[in-house]
Amino acid sequence: MALLEVRDLTVVFQRKGEEPFRAVDGVSFDVEPGQTVGLVGESGCGKSVTSLAIMGLLPKRGAKISGTVKYDGTDLLKLSDKEMRDRRGRDLGMVFQDPLSSLNPVVPIGLQVTEVLERHRGLSRKEAMIEAKNLLDKVGIPDPNRRLKEYPHQLSGGMRQRALIAIALACRPKLLIADEPTTALDVTIQAQILSVMKELVQDLGTALVMITHDLGVVAGLCDEVNVLYGGKVVEKAMRHKLFAEPRHPYTHGLLASIPRLDAAPGEKLTPIKGSVADNIPWEHGCAFAPRCPNALDVCVQVTPPEEDQLGRLLRCHNPVVPGTPAAEEVPV
Amino acid sequence: MSETLVSVQDMKVHFPIKRGVFIDRTVGYVYAVDGVDLEIKRGETYGLVGESGCGKSTLGRAMLRLNEPTAGKMVFDGQDFSALKGEELRKMRRRIQMVFQDPLSSLDPRQSVESILVEGLRAHDLDKGKESTSKRLRELLSAVGLPSTALRKYPHEFSGGQRQRIGIARALALEPDLIVADEPVSALDVSVQAQVVNLMEELQEQFGLTYLVIAHDLAVVKHISDRVGVMYLGGLVEEASAEDLYAEPLHPYTRALLSAIPVPDPVVEDRRERILLAGDLPSPANPPTGCRFHTRCPWRQASRCDTERPVLRELKPGHKVACHYAEQIRSGEIQPHEVKPILVEEGDGLSPDVPLVGPASVTEALNP
Amino acid sequence: MVLGLSSKKEKIDGVAESAGVSLAASAWKRLRRSPVFLTGAVIIGLFIVVSVLSPWLAPHNPSEPMLIDQVVKARNEIPPAQPGHPLGGDLQGRDFLSRLLVGSQQTLIVGVGATLIGLAGGLFLGTLAGALGGWVDSVVMRLVDVMLSLPSLLLAFSIAAMFAKPSQFTVILAVAIVQIPVFARLLRGSMLAQRHSDHVLAATALGVKKGAIVFRHMLPNSLSPVIVQSTLVLATAIIEAAALSFLGLGNPDDRIPEWGQMLGDVQNVFDTHPHLAAYPAICIIIVALGFTLMGETLREALDPKNRR
Repeated sequence: MALLEVRDLTVVFQRKGEEPFRAVDGVSFDVEPGQTVGLVGESGCGKSVTSLAIMGLLPKRGAKISGTVKYDGTDLLKLSDKEMRDRRGRDLGMVFQDPLSSLNPVVPIGLQVTEVLERHRGLSRKEAMIEAKNLLDKVGIPDPNRRLKEYPHQLSGGMRQRALIAIALACRPKLLIADEPTTALDVTIQAQILSVMKELVQDLGTALVMITHDLGVVAGLCDEVNVLYGGKVVEKAMRHKLFAEPRHPYTHGLLASIPRLDAAPGEKLTPIKGSVADNIPWEHGCAFAPRCPNALDVCVQVTPPEEDQLGRLLRCHNPVVPGTPAAEEVPV
Repeated sequence: MSETLVSVQDMKVHFPIKRGVFIDRTVGYVYAVDGVDLEIKRGETYGLVGESGCGKSTLGRAMLRLNEPTAGKMVFDGQDFSALKGEELRKMRRRIQMVFQDPLSSLDPRQSVESILVEGLRAHDLDKGKESTSKRLRELLSAVGLPSTALRKYPHEFSGGQRQRIGIARALALEPDLIVADEPVSALDVSVQAQVVNLMEELQEQFGLTYLVIAHDLAVVKHISDRVGVMYLGGLVEEASAEDLYAEPLHPYTRALLSAIPVPDPVVEDRRERILLAGDLPSPANPPTGCRFHTRCPWRQASRCDTERPVLRELKPGHKVACHYAEQIRSGEIQPHEVKPILVEEGDGLSPDVPLVGPASVTEALNP
Repeated sequence: MVLGLSSKKEKIDGVAESAGVSLAASAWKRLRRSPVFLTGAVIIGLFIVVSVLSPWLAPHNPSEPMLIDQVVKARNEIPPAQPGHPLGGDLQGRDFLSRLLVGSQQTLIVGVGATLIGLAGGLFLGTLAGALGGWVDSVVMRLVDVMLSLPSLLLAFSIAAMFAKPSQFTVILAVAIVQIPVFARLLRGSMLAQRHSDHVLAATALGVKKGAIVFRHMLPNSLSPVIVQSTLVLATAIIEAAALSFLGLGNPDDRIPEWGQMLGDVQNVFDTHPHLAAYPAICIIIVALGFTLMGETLREALDPKNRR
């Protein structure tokens, strides 16, 4: 049994006087200890809502959550608020995109780390201070003794993100959810943070759910990749398989549309047409169909089912034949 | 045609750090741009790349005189743009246009697309008669791939990619020679970025434009640029053709930067060796002595690096680098070593992550 | 209806045919659906209608002491409610209902007048400081700081007391001057934010003239907090004018009634005839509430974060 089993997770936002909005629509995935699973997609694909739903951080009112999120056999969605609070920080750690707004600005970093240690691991103040120092050291913060006394605004963005990871790791959670942890950082700092996370997974056997829009980050870090579009997983495969042979036209198009550092000179980019505003609802076919170069008439009539193709899950009526170059839209 | 269109000479932008209640006392300077020379040839795309806080945006704005440079000048098409004043400056602005990072905030929310596009025409008396203007607007929209129904709409009614097209159409309206694009795609979704990049390339071909593209994403810059300049803490550290820079980066910082950029290909990623830089970017208010990069450089040597600021020199034809030991690093004579991260003082409240957008924002960031 | 793929594809990256919806239009669309705004608007609408039509609505002449024979000063008796005079009379035997109705007119004039003058002064100073910056900004803002450091009522008293003969105009002026720094500071703040906004930089880069940038871009985009503030100021202006009248710094001519002044006149008989104070007080509270409700909902509607 996997450490985390997400089955058919669906989140529907209902605002008064508006159509209900399915932000996440039947997402399923497993995470094993020591494994990194990536959720990739652009803004509005439901990747962040998925992570918030797993952590029980969505507002009770307005968001209807269904499906199951089994952590070590218990369904997190069925736990009370108090039980969930106990789990967060102890079993489940989370790292957010914006480290400044996720840290308390008026409390020194040290206290924010020791607080978690005292609360969840029952350490004394003294033990907690020593442990906090070790944690900061582990995530690569120089001169931790001094940093412990400083406030978040005195740290740089990269250091703040490290501090946030240190807090998330304070209780040695078995599962860490990282929501765009490096998006706000520069690439050289991103490389530092990613290497810290990689070490954690390798050395401590932490299970990591990596949420990002950056396919490059996914390619280097994740074992299994889930590509999300319009709230559904449209393609799921191990990373080598996915990047070598993207089958869903969205995955395929995404890879063809990003400039690669190692591309040959003069290579053209092939953009995906339109924007997410052009999506159609999943009930009426495939959300991606209006933007899809491979779309057939059936794509706007029947919701494509999820099919298992030799260890790859695919939700598409007309997948890309391996080896096809990315095609610009054929004029209709 | 390889005639020089833009020549920036020893450009400096220092923002004063002010303290005080009644009378502002200058207690120091943020050396946002500290002596940059560069040349842009007519019809080429010059990419300026660097991490946040390196001064690339400030340099772009100083060239456009949206920030007044502290020293140095920019010669545009043989004329000293930095010396122009009043009406002369305003008239000259027609020829140098800008595309901004955030397409929503750079469009006035109260203006319809038509009035956004007409504004520039009117400012330069290009608005000749209703008929010709309306024809011009339609041409502009079709050049950036928007239907003419867009004219009556307001910015908030468009998607991010469409808004950026409007921003480009606005710049294009005045038939400029140079377009400075500051992070033109970084606010857009990945699948939409390529649309804008391709559009910019098409327009360059169609109208013979010269671009200065400022971005943090080296992959985008490499794709779109002919030549690339790499900035670190207010200065250019390397300049080369896009291919050359990628094939053989000569400056240690460029090497680290290139190695840090993830490539969407697991095969490449697994093989790659990362040069992890230690610590953070030092504060531009208190830059290191000598080579700005020596505090984090894995190739740092005992002499010269911390005392003497290296100048940009041509190592190979068309490939310039500002490093004392570039030859030895290139030949492998000097090997990288471990670097202990040095504490970066944030006591001033100035974080290198605060983009240096303008004097006001910097002084405000410094006066909490 | 199932549309074909081709029709879906045609709409890709499209822009709808319809005319655009400006910010003001979309704010209005949201306001129309807000019950809070409608409540405020109905209150204010009624208030304006009543005050304009009050000379005709009032059953009697508000300055004619027609019930003077029922006033017995010694026994502190005033005319009670009676047929033709549903609220009775006041201390001078004048019809109380008529005074209340006609009083709305003066209250409206004082409120709107003080707000408009305050707004004009604030706009002038705020634009000056925000558009020019530098030492002009420093001078204007220090002046504003000094004015703001005095309690607003105290400042209004001092200004009102400076005039040899108090009149309605001195009340309006006193209240207006107190509001100027509030508007000026608000406008200057949002002008400064506009000055460094991308779209103003974009206009500069386009080569748009400085004056046009200030009046076409910076000022209009800075106005929404000021508009909201002015509805809130209307409420405080009415209350402050009432306070001035209550303290005897209002219009001494009590033939033309005004709610604050009516409140002030009856302070000696408050324990025996509380209704004389209660009615004008309730009127002031309701009108102030109406403006506040409108202001708050307007603030929400104009907030760009709520834009859809």
